[in-house]
Amino acid sequence: MLIRLEPRAEASRAMVYQSPLIAVVLTLIAGMIMFRIMGTDPLQAVHAFFIEPISTLDGVAELLVKATPLILIGVGLSLGFQANIWNIGAEGQLTLGAIFGGVVALAFFDVESVFLLPAMLIAGIIGGMLWAAVPAFLKARYNTNEILTSLMLVYVSFLLLSFLITGPLRDPDGFNFPESRLFHDSAVLPIILEGTRLHIGFLVALLFAVLAWLMIVKHIIGFQIKVIGMAPAAASFAGFKEKKLIWLTLLISGGAAGLAGAIEVSGPIGQVIPVVSPGYGFTAIIVAFLGRLNPVGVILAGILMALTYLGGDSAQITMNLPNAVTGVFQGMLLFFLLASDVLIRYRIRLGALRVREVTPRQEGVT
Amino acid sequence: MKRFNKLASLTAVALATATMAMSGGAQAQSDPLKVGFVYVGPIGDHGWSYEHNQGRLALEKEFGDKVQTTFVEKVPEGADAQRVINQLATSGHDLIFTTSFGYMNPTLRVAKNHPDVHFEHATGFKRDKNVATYSGRFYEGRHVAGLIAGKMTKTNTIGYVASFPIPEVIRGINAVAIAARSVNPDVKIKVVWVSSWFDPGKEADAAKTMIDQGVDIIMQHTDSPAPIQVAESRGVWAVGQASNMSAFGSKAHLTAIIDNWSPYYVARTKAVLDKTWDSTDTWGGFKSGMVQMAPYNEAIPADVVALAETARKGIIDGSVHPFAGPIKDQSGKIVVPAGEVASDGMLLGMDFYVEGVDGKIPN
Repeated sequence: MLIRLEPRAEASRAMVYQSPLIAVVLTLIAGMIMFRIMGTDPLQAVHAFFIEPISTLDGVAELLVKATPLILIGVGLSLGFQANIWNIGAEGQLTLGAIFGGVVALAFFDVESVFLLPAMLIAGIIGGMLWAAVPAFLKARYNTNEILTSLMLVYVSFLLLSFLITGPLRDPDGFNFPESRLFHDSAVLPIILEGTRLHIGFLVALLFAVLAWLMIVKHIIGFQIKVIGMAPAAASFAGFKEKKLIWLTLLISGGAAGLAGAIEVSGPIGQVIPVVSPGYGFTAIIVAFLGRLNPVGVILAGILMALTYLGGDSAQITMNLPNAVTGVFQGMLLFFLLASDVLIRYRIRLGALRVREVTPRQEGVT
Repeated sequence: MKRFNKLASLTAVALATATMAMSGGAQAQSDPLKVGFVYVGPIGDHGWSYEHNQGRLALEKEFGDKVQTTFVEKVPEGADAQRVINQLATSGHDLIFTTSFGYMNPTLRVAKNHPDVHFEHATGFKRDKNVATYSGRFYEGRHVAGLIAGKMTKTNTIGYVASFPIPEVIRGINAVAIAARSVNPDVKIKVVWVSSWFDPGKEADAAKTMIDQGVDIIMQHTDSPAPIQVAESRGVWAVGQASNMSAFGSKAHLTAIIDNWSPYYVARTKAVLDKTWDSTDTWGGFKSGMVQMAPYNEAIPADVVALAETARKGIIDGSVHPFAGPIKDQSGKIVVPAGEVASDGMLLGMDFYVEGVDGKIPN
C-alpha cells in the first residue's frame, strides 16, 4: 500500500486548527517511545511530565505564572508576523522593560503609592517600545532587515542590564553581588489567588489578547495587517501605508514584550537580577506559531509551552529523568507542528497511484 | 565600613537564630530521608555543578537506603528557581541544598512557607531559622596555586578568566596576586571578565586573548574546562577550577582547586537524621576538607611542590594566612598592616584589587 500526499485545491481551514492537536498527539506518542527506550515506564513518565505539575492548585497557578510572559509576547509578535514583519528581538525588548520597570521601582524605593505599579508597567512598555523603535526606524527608513537588527539588539540589552546591575542598580547592602535590592511591597504585583504566586499580570495578558483579537477581527488596522501579509502588492494598490504598519506592529510587539519584562521583575522575581528571563522572548516565537498567530490560540499555546517547562522539572524530581527531556519535548512539538502543517495544503491518500489521477501539477509530493 | 557593620549584624542575627532549636521534620523511621539538590548548571559542566552532584552521590553511598536524593539541573536564577525549590519542599523533601548565589531570595521565600523543611544555601549571606549557608574558602587553594604560578611563569604575567566582579572572585584574584608576588615580585595579573559562570566559548576567547598578550599561566574563576583546553593547545600552563580538570589538558594542568562538598553534605544530612540540625554559617577551607588541591603536575620541580605543600599544611595548622599583612592596594596604600591578617568581614566584602593586579574592577 502506498501513502501519497495530494495537493488540495484550497487550503483546509479545518486543518489549520487540527494540525497543532495532531502535533501534540504525535509528540506524546514519540515521547512515550523515547521513554520506553530510556527504560522508564512511558505512562508514568508522561503522567509526571504532563499531569503531575497541574495536579494541585499551586501547580495550576505556577503554570499560569510561567505562561504569562509567553502569552503577552506571543500575542504581540503574532500581529507583526501576520504582516510579515519579523520581530525576533522580543527578548531584548523584555529586558529593556525589566530595566525601565525596575528603575522606577528602585527610584521610588519605599514610596507607598497606588500609582507606583502602573507607573512601573507603563515604564516597561515604553522601554520595550524604545528598543523596538530602532528596528522599526531602520526598516521604515532604510528598508533594513528587521530580523537582524532586532536580534542584534538583544545582545546589546543584555550588556546594558549587566552594566546597570553591577553598578547603579546594585543593592547597596548586597556585598557587591550583582542584584538590586528587593522591591518594597507597593512595587510588587498583587496576588490574585491566595497562597500561590499567581499575580495580576496574568489577567493583564488575557486582556491584551482580547484587545489584540478585537483589533484583528473588528478594526481596519487588523484587516490591513492581514492583507499586507498575504498580498503586499494588493495592499499597496489599496493605498495601505506599509511604513505605518511597520511602526505599529513593531511598537505593539515591543511594548508587549517590555510589559512582560516589567511584570516579571515586579511579580515572581521581585527585584532586578542579571538574567531576567530564561529566553521567553525566543520561546514566544514558537508559541505564536503554535497558536496559529491567533490570540486565543496563543493563550492555549503559551499554557502548553509553560507546561513543558514545569513537566521537565517534575520529570526530574519524580522520575530522575534528565533536564534535556524538556528540550526534546519542545523540539518535537515544533517539529511535528511543521510536519503536520503539510496537511493544510495536502491531503493524505492511501492506495496505489492511479494513472488518471496524475496531473501536470508538480507540487505533489509522493 | 558600613558594609562590614551590616555583616556583623547579619552574623549576630544568624547566631541568635542558630541557637533556637529546630523542630526536626516528623520523619517515620522506615521512610528514607528525602534530600533535594538544585543546580544552576548541567551536572556535566565538569566544574561547579558537577562537584555538587559528586556530593549528592557521596550521600547515597554513605547512607544507602536511609536517604533518597533528587536533583534538578540547569535551573535559571530567576522566577523559575522559587517554583522548583517549592516543588521539592512540597514533594516531601526534608533537606534541600540550593547551590547557587542567585537562589538566595527564592530559598528564603520558600523556607518561610515550609518551616519544617531544612534549607542549605551555598554562597549566600542571608539566613533564617531553617536556612543555613555554606561556602568554601577557595582563596586558600588560590594561595597555593598562586605560589606555584609565581614560580612557574617565565613571562611574569598570569592571566585570570573571571566571571562577575563579586567579592568571592576578587578575593581569589587578590589571593593569587599576593601569593605569586611573595615568591616573584615581578608578577602581574591580567584579568578578563566574561560575565558568565559557564560559557565555554567566551572563556576560551578570553584565554586566547591573554595568551596573545604574553600570559603563560591561565587561571580561571569560571566553570568550564575550555580555558584548560586552550592552554593545552597553546603550550602554556593552566590551573583548573572546582574539579580536577587534568583530563582536558594533562600537560597544561598544573593543579586544580577542588570544591569537595561531600563531607559537608554528609555531616548536614546526618544532623537532620539525628535531629540536631540548626541554622549555621559554614565557611570551610583546607582544614575541613571542603577545599582540596588536585595532584600536582609532574613537570613542577620538587622544590616548588615542597613550597606549595608547606603553604597548604601551614594554612591547615594556622601558621600561614593567605591575606597576611602587609597588603597594599593598587595605589600602594597599606590595607592590612604587617603582623595582622585580613578579617573575615574584609574578605567577605572585598571590593578592591591588591598591588600587582592590572586594570580596574568594572563598576
